[in-house]
Amino acid sequence: MKENVKEKQRKGMKRETILLVVTLIITIILLSIFPDKQEAVTTASWKFFIEMILILPAVMVLMGLFAVFVPKDMVVKYLGKTAGIKAVFLGILMGALPTGPLYVAFPMASALLKKGAKISCIITFLSAWACIKIPQEMVELQFLGPRFMAARLVLTTVFVVIMGVSIERLIEWSDKKESKSMGGKDDASI
Amino acid sequence: MNSTAIFINIFALSCLIGAFIKDRAKTKQSLKVAVKSFFRILPTVLIIIILIGLLLGFVPQTQISKVIGKHAGFGGVLVVALLGAILHIPSLISFPLAASLLKSGASVTPVAVFITTLTMIGMVTLPLEIKELGKKMALLRNGISFVIAIIIGIVMGAIL
Repeated sequence: MKENVKEKQRKGMKRETILLVVTLIITIILLSIFPDKQEAVTTASWKFFIEMILILPAVMVLMGLFAVFVPKDMVVKYLGKTAGIKAVFLGILMGALPTGPLYVAFPMASALLKKGAKISCIITFLSAWACIKIPQEMVELQFLGPRFMAARLVLTTVFVVIMGVSIERLIEWSDKKESKSMGGKDDASI
Repeated sequence: MNSTAIFINIFALSCLIGAFIKDRAKTKQSLKVAVKSFFRILPTVLIIIILIGLLLGFVPQTQISKVIGKHAGFGGVLVVALLGAILHIPSLISFPLAASLLKSGASVTPVAVFITTLTMIGMVTLPLEIKELGKKMALLRNGISFVIAIIIGIVMGAIL
């Protein structure tokens, strides 16, 4: 499976490099048709490039550290055995630490589900994984400023907890209804 | 170099030093991962930076603020939310993109909504999510995330 992931990454990089070349060619053509836009486009791009390149190595170092020091199986182990409201917040913390795109977290969430972790915990884990990662927050800080970042962080945390708890209730409720309609077996199916 | 960039670099450096003291071998491995991921993400970063330049250079601010500006209606927010849900770009890149939208006349609400749906909702990865977590949970998660993204955006627009 690891080979498969590597193969996929290599393919993805090739595709992105081709896309970059295509974007560059289109931009050059566009700018030669509209020479009066040249300055505005290059200054804007250059400014964003500088802002990005000043922090990108640091962000990558943070991501690398989290990837190696917080291995996936450790996350699954910790989350699988925690219960109650603590699990919800641990879900957020554990989601915010490791790195990778969201689809990497789905198999982990599935493993957690099989281990009997709480649904609210899995939802907060996935949501935190998606949008409040620490290296990601650094990029947000750089480009959108401390007020924007802090406000979004706090609001997201609050709403993600609410969402986790409601989805858990909804799924429990619908499971109960299903098991009742199947002949009143109640919680035996769980 | 602005103070935020300095802070971020100092933060990363102190984490690195701490890690190095704790476990040398693991830290070396982390640095290898860092270099690899840097080069892996670089093409995408460059594409977005070029697109930002084109956006700021070609699209007039009045045009952008008409659709997702302060006085634009709820329709613009919905469009941006849907766009964020469908697009599949790395979240790291979403922040410079969001900053460029803000700079070109967008208001806080649509930008916050865009970041949130972009990161939390994945139409492209939905089949995988359904396979791993079941239809009920995957659809509920994506659906409710869409709603809370809009709420988060509206609250942020009100307080910032």
